[in-house]
This record gives sequence, C-alpha cells and structure tokens, in this order.
Amino acid sequence: MKKNDQIIERLEHLNPSKILTWTLLFIGSIVMVTPIIFMVSTSFKTGQEVYTLSLFPKSPTFENYIFILKESKFLIWLLNSLWVASFSTVSVLFFDSLVGYTLAKFKFRGREIVFVAILSTLMIPTEMLIIPWYMMSREFGWIDTYWGIAFPGLMTGFGTFLMRQFFLTLPDELIEAARIDGWSEFAIWWKIAMPLVIPALSALAIFHFLGNWTAFLWPLIIVNDPDMYTIPVGLASFNGEFQMDWEIVMTASCLATIPTLFVFIFLQKYIIKGIMLAGLKG
Amino acid sequence: MIKSFWENLTINQKLAITAWFFLAVPIIFYVTIRFYPTFEAFYVSFMKWNLLGTQKYIGFKNFSRIFGDEDFWIVFWNTIKYAIIGVPISLLISFTVAYYLNEIRFGHQTIRALYFIPFLTTAVAMAWVWRWFYQPMPIGYFNIILSWFGIEQQPFLRSVEQGLYSIMAPAVWAGLGFQIVIFIAGLRAIPKSHFEAAEIDGAGRFQILREIILPALKPTTVFLVIISTIGFLRIFDQVYNMSADSAGGPLNSTKPLVLMIYEYAFDMYKLGRASALTVILFLLLLFVSLLQLWLARDQYEKK
Repeated sequence: MKKNDQIIERLEHLNPSKILTWTLLFIGSIVMVTPIIFMVSTSFKTGQEVYTLSLFPKSPTFENYIFILKESKFLIWLLNSLWVASFSTVSVLFFDSLVGYTLAKFKFRGREIVFVAILSTLMIPTEMLIIPWYMMSREFGWIDTYWGIAFPGLMTGFGTFLMRQFFLTLPDELIEAARIDGWSEFAIWWKIAMPLVIPALSALAIFHFLGNWTAFLWPLIIVNDPDMYTIPVGLASFNGEFQMDWEIVMTASCLATIPTLFVFIFLQKYIIKGIMLAGLKG
Repeated sequence: MIKSFWENLTINQKLAITAWFFLAVPIIFYVTIRFYPTFEAFYVSFMKWNLLGTQKYIGFKNFSRIFGDEDFWIVFWNTIKYAIIGVPISLLISFTVAYYLNEIRFGHQTIRALYFIPFLTTAVAMAWVWRWFYQPMPIGYFNIILSWFGIEQQPFLRSVEQGLYSIMAPAVWAGLGFQIVIFIAGLRAIPKSHFEAAEIDGAGRFQILREIILPALKPTTVFLVIISTIGFLRIFDQVYNMSADSAGGPLNSTKPLVLMIYEYAFDMYKLGRASALTVILFLLLLFVSLLQLWLARDQYEKK
C-alpha cells in the first residue's frame, strides 16, 4: 500500500518539463558512453565488419583477443601496470597517512615547517621534475626497472594533506586514553587511528591507483625495453605496428579500460563518495 | 645507557622524538625526490647541456632563445587555447548536467555513473578510439554520420584549423564526470532552508539559480576552474597519441608546451633548453594558482 502511495505521489510530480529534462539527461549519458560501447563492440568484430556502423557484430569473434594476447606483449604489460600501481598505492597509503597523522596529532617544534614544505610540493608540476628524475635514474641504473617507474609517486603531498585533514577530526582523548593504557605510538596510529579513516584511505587508494594505471608521460620516458612497458606505453607503441587494424587496436584499448570499469561497477558508491570528500576537503 | 636516557625524557620530548622518527623516511624522500630535483630544474635552465657533454653556464640565454623562437609562441598559444576554450566549455556542460541531474530521482545513480565512466578511462586507449572516429570515409564514424546529412567530409585531425579542437574534445569528454560529481556535491551542500526561504518569497527558478545557487557554488567553481585549467595547460597524452603527421602536427598546430619539453629533452637531448621550458610552465601554473587565491579571497576573509 505504502509503495503504491509513493508511486502515485511521484506520478503527480511528473510534468512534461521534468520528463523532457530526464530524457535529455538520459540521451546525454548514452552519448557519453558511446565511444566506449563502440570500442567494446568493435573488439568482437572481424576485419571486414569494422567499417559498418552496426552495434552488434554479425558473427562475434574472440579472434582479436586471442591475437592480442598471443602476438603482443599485452599480458606482460598488464602485469607490469598492476605491479607498479599496487606497489605505489601501498606505499602512498602507508606513508601519506603516517605523515598526515604525525602532522595532525603530534605537537613538536618544526611541525608547521614540515607541513608547509610538503604542501609546497603541490605547486611544482611533475613536468618540471622529469628531467632531474631522468638524470638521477641514469646515474643509479633505474631505467627499465619497476623502481624507476614507481619511485616519483611513492609519497604525495595531496595524499598527506588529505589524510591530515581526516586525522584532525579524530578526538585527542582517544589517543590520550590509549597512551595511558600503555599502547606504543605506532600501535595507536596503526590499530586505533587508521581504522577510523578507512573512507579516506579508500578514496586515496582509488585515486592513486587510477592515476598510476593511466600514467603515460613518466613511464614513456623511463622505459625503453618493451618487456617493461606499462599498458599506456604499450598501447602507444601500437602506432605504426597495427595502425590500420582498428579491430586489433580497439581490443587492446578495451583490455586496458575494462579492468578499471569493472572495479568502478563494484565500488561505485565509495568512488563517488571519495571524490566528493576529496573535492570538498581539498 | 640509551634506556636510561629515554626514561629521563619528559612525555613531550618523547613524543617529539617519536614524531621525527616517523617523519625520517618521508623527509629523506621529499628532499631527494622533490626539493633537490626542483632546485636542479632551475639550475639546469641556466646551462647549456646535451646530456653527454659538460654543463656550461650561459645565464638567461636559454630563455632569450626560447622567446625569440617562433615555434615557441605557436606552442605557447596552443597551450593557452586548450585551457581558455576547453575549461569554459567543459564547466558549462558539467554545471548544466549537474544542475538538472540533482533534481532527478529516478535513475539518478545510473545516469550519473554513465556520465562518470569516461573519467575512469585511460587517455591513451581513448585516444585510439577517437582517432578512429575522426578517420575519413569509410572508416571514421563522424564522417559517416556527416555523410548521412549530406555534409562534406571533414579532415579533423589532419587539418591545421580543426586539429586542436579535435584533440581537445576527448580531453573535455573525459573530464566531465569528475566535474559533474563535484558540482553535485556542491549543490547538495547548500542548506535546504535557503531554497525554502526563497520559495516563500516567491522567487522564480531563474532567480533562485542566480541569487542562491551560483553564489553558493563559487568556491566549488573556483576549485574546478583551477583544477581543469591546470589539467588543460599540462595536456600531453591525447596530443602525443592523436595528432596527425608527427606528434603535435600537422605543422605544430596542436603541439602544447609539455610535448615541446618532451621533444627538447628526450628527442634532441637539449636539457638546458628543456629545463628552461619547464620553468616557464611552472610560472604559468603558479600564475593560475595565485589567481585562484585572489579569486577566492572573499571566502578566506569571511572565515
């Protein structure tokens, strides 16, 4: 009964202008995903069928996927990307929150200077640092290594700032009480403070992982060996090689995009909330 | 010995030592991976250096050569164009969508998710998709669709006039979802009482938009303007992977600053000149950030 009332109430609110708004918004949202839909659909098409606008392939085929996985190093690139992005994300979660916590909850001389110094790194664009980083990597033999791809992003000013903002909201009494109970400072941070900021941690993790997964400029510079490519660098290397085989290129693009979309479907709520949180705090 | 030293400290001293202990590794990281390279970038910008040879101090010569170079000015204006045209277009679309989407209940989450999905894509992968759409007949979908309406073929990426805008489109497209989500968060943060008061006063829809919503969204808008301006000024992935002829082509018409930096540093190994260009990019971004502080000054004064 209650549900019926709700529906009737909603219908009463419906008026032509609202229906029009809804329809326009819906069409817009479909337009937004059209490139992705055609990318997916083309990845199942045969070479001859690519030039037709049809959304559903007449005879869907996995040939393109088999070809990509067999004839290119895509699987290696996927593992490279996964490994680098995971390693970097774990590091950022650990260090950014440790520094953010220290700056929020410890009182000591020099705290402000450290905070401002870390914050000031946000003003420096990555592009300015890539030449010194490259020189450094040549010096120490980091070219074509996982460490070389990952080291610039192991800690971030943004993450530190975000985590500090969240730790500031935790009551000091909580920490004092744990201290009186004889907890070590590290245990207080790791076992009491960290579980309370899980929403912020997951937002940071998602952002950082996505940023690393899609990163192009630095991996392009630091990696020469095709066995060390990340997915974006590998995709860019298709230029020339398979340039005219659009179904092959679309399949590779699909393989690069689908993992993040899957994660999104499962974590949608957290991602949207995380962006809202980060956007409002930042 | 150490133990008795530790036990003689006051609690505050112990906490301070613990704090510096926690900060030790991060401080080493920030000094070696952030501050030292920043200093080095400025330093090298005053050097003539081609990676293998020795560095030679040449003062401001890198900068004067850059400013005397016609290509630099083409690239500089391209970069500005990406931002000055890309930012208003994307913010106008994302605000409009967010404004109406916020009023909708039915399917709200699904529609928002569809708008958001492009934000999660890899720019390089999508560069391929858009490049394919831009192809001439019979491959490119855009030209196929144009032909249905009897409109003549467009060169898109292959033309000096259209190239830049054709590359800007996927960049705008990929950023919309993020801006929409932030705008919706901003709209929801406006207290309901504001709207109720306005309705009691008999304010119309447009009046509410102009007198309540837009002023309340000012901080959100300033934030998004800065974030996306900086994003467009640093555009690289799309240009590198989409432009026709060579990267930044045709005839440098799509080349942004970051691509020029990349070419000087890693194709020609003119590291001094490339560093000087990064300093110029830094100053440009700094200018935009200061502009933000200036635009948002009312907000800080009120707090």
